[in-house]
Amino acid sequence: MFKILLKENLVPNLQVVKIEAPEIAKKALPGQFVIIRVDEYGERIPMTIAEADPEEGSITVIFMEVGTTTGKMASLKTGDYIENFTGPLGVPAEIEKVGTVLCIGGCYGIGGITPIARAMKEAGNKVISIIEGRSKRLLYWQDKLEGSCDELVTVTGDDSDSYQEWISEKIDRYIKGNEKPDLVIAVGCTFMMRNVAEATKDLGIKTIVHLSPIMVDGTGMCGCCRVEVGGTTKFACVDGPEFDAHEVEWDLLVARQVQYLAEEIESLQMFECTNWTKV
Amino acid sequence: MAKVNLNREQMPRQEPEVRAKNYREVALGYSPEQAKAEADRCIQCKKRNCVEGCPVNVDIPDFILALREGDMKESVRILKSKNALPGVCGRVCPQETQCESVCTLNRMGAPIAIGRLERYVADWELLNMTNEEKKPELPPSTGKKVAVVGTGPAGLTAAADLARFGHSVTMFEALHVAGGVLMYGIPEFRLPKEIVQKEVDFVKSLGVEFKLDSVVGRISTIDELLENGYDAVFLGTGAGLPMFMNVPGENLNGIYSANEYLTRVNLMKAYMFPEYDTPVKLGRRVAVIGGGNVAMDSARCALRLGSEKVYIIYRRSEEEMPARREEVENAMEEGIDFRLLTNPKQFIGNDKNQLVSVECYQMELGEPDDSGRRRPIVKEGSEFTLDVDVAVVALGTSPNPLIASTTKGLDTTNRGTVIADEETGKTVKDRVWAGGDIVTGAATVISAMGAGKRAAADMDKFLRS
Repeated sequence: MFKILLKENLVPNLQVVKIEAPEIAKKALPGQFVIIRVDEYGERIPMTIAEADPEEGSITVIFMEVGTTTGKMASLKTGDYIENFTGPLGVPAEIEKVGTVLCIGGCYGIGGITPIARAMKEAGNKVISIIEGRSKRLLYWQDKLEGSCDELVTVTGDDSDSYQEWISEKIDRYIKGNEKPDLVIAVGCTFMMRNVAEATKDLGIKTIVHLSPIMVDGTGMCGCCRVEVGGTTKFACVDGPEFDAHEVEWDLLVARQVQYLAEEIESLQMFECTNWTKV
Repeated sequence: MAKVNLNREQMPRQEPEVRAKNYREVALGYSPEQAKAEADRCIQCKKRNCVEGCPVNVDIPDFILALREGDMKESVRILKSKNALPGVCGRVCPQETQCESVCTLNRMGAPIAIGRLERYVADWELLNMTNEEKKPELPPSTGKKVAVVGTGPAGLTAAADLARFGHSVTMFEALHVAGGVLMYGIPEFRLPKEIVQKEVDFVKSLGVEFKLDSVVGRISTIDELLENGYDAVFLGTGAGLPMFMNVPGENLNGIYSANEYLTRVNLMKAYMFPEYDTPVKLGRRVAVIGGGNVAMDSARCALRLGSEKVYIIYRRSEEEMPARREEVENAMEEGIDFRLLTNPKQFIGNDKNQLVSVECYQMELGEPDDSGRRRPIVKEGSEFTLDVDVAVVALGTSPNPLIASTTKGLDTTNRGTVIADEETGKTVKDRVWAGGDIVTGAATVISAMGAGKRAAADMDKFLRS
């Protein structure tokens, strides 16, 4: 059992949960993930580590409430326990000095990109962070990011002082109006990462994405998370989660991510019917 | 000498049409009368071939004699002094190729049903002995600490023996329950999970500490374990990584590795979805690729999930199938459609990336290959398709590279298996032993247990020196 040290509604629909896990916190590096199982009936799902605090002995994750597992997590309170918490998993993000790095985060990935941006800055890079959301109200952690990068750019659908544009257009415009970055890293929903990949491909900028396909064990045992990268099959849990964005077979990734949609809806209905007092 | 009795007691089983629709155990176990009758058949040979034939050297004639004389507690004691997991072994060991194959009565075609008797004794203990009675006597502590990585059959056996030698043992498990393949791989209807957990509890009762949710290689490396107070390490991490065929369409939705399929069904209990949260595609028509026990398990799971049609697609003939004869027969009785001398050419999907059919070649057998089995050869122009919406690839596994890649000074083969001495399990790395599938590649539960046992003996020698 793992204790929830803090659970908050971060912005509408996005929750932040800090879990007591001193051994994982000691070892976690930027870009790694944990596997969570809320209760004995629960699924095992991966979540990107947004913060690891070895002194406090805690790991923080941020997630969107979309299905049964995230619904269960959201219904817990500070001081409650979750059944299982395993990590740190996956290959850590490659941190090296390359020059100028554009770190892009959206949704849960704003949390996910934060430790990567910080590490890239500490490695001597010029770091520009771009965070995106449908609305200003969906952005968070600007303070943490501002302290760990050279420039913070926000992209939202309701930006009144700029005009509405997609993240890809914004990147395109940003890059054309500024110096060309040496590396782009994106963490967030598949849709956003794919848009970033398309925007940077023609510009010839090396781009890394953090993939989060469906997983079961998360340790390389089941092969559920297989993705095609550069024409070969990779297991995102042990070969990734970092991959070259321009080599990823995006259509396949998207198709595999929605393969349990009908089951997810069935499960969610069951969860909501039996837990209507909590949700 | 009394006339030798060649009437082997049959194991009662659920009827095929009934069991194909439920998850309860197929083989029901002997009644006390049957167990007594089967035990009576044992001629108590002077030369104990069966003991030699057992990878963990259970004193088979002795436990059978105690059973026959009605001293069940003594029978349990004899069995468990060599084998910490008799309830597991009595169910899933291929006795027909081990102890029973060298039984004197096998020459007359009716070896003693050692496995069934083993199961009977193990089940008797679970039902009839209190925890206090089960608790074995332990020697005084040696003050030595051992880490056992992986809680599958190799690790559990090594840990139990090391604890009985008086060492302090901590087991590390990546998943949320202990048992390894016994929990995620072998289905409930062949090995009830309650039995596995009872045997894990027995290992716990020996004072072994379990650390679940702990991925060694990530949470701490082998070197860190050795630096942080452990005097020796046993690696029993199994053969984790599933192998695929690398044919077109293998990443379509609906195609599983057997590991994933069985993990969803057994470990995550997808057969009870949506009560349990993890789903599995039910599949109206299912193709399982492979001819081993894992393929049989997958096919029989599919049937129990409610699939209308389940195929086994195997590239050789029935004779070369690596699965236990008993499991092949069970699968056939339950209505699995065996497509032998057949091999997938490609998987075909629709515009939603969903599997709709598998295109196969007919095969024929050529000259024997390295494995001694006749090599399957494609019959040109023999392609045909089977409509399926779920496929399970059960072609074996290779070791998870995590340990090898995070441990300095560990020798591995080009297949990724760890190199260890066959007799002692010692690796080239100081204070590190290994055994089970991580050394041999995918093999049986009992061979992994044998390796765990031999390694524990050698580790004990080292720890006392």
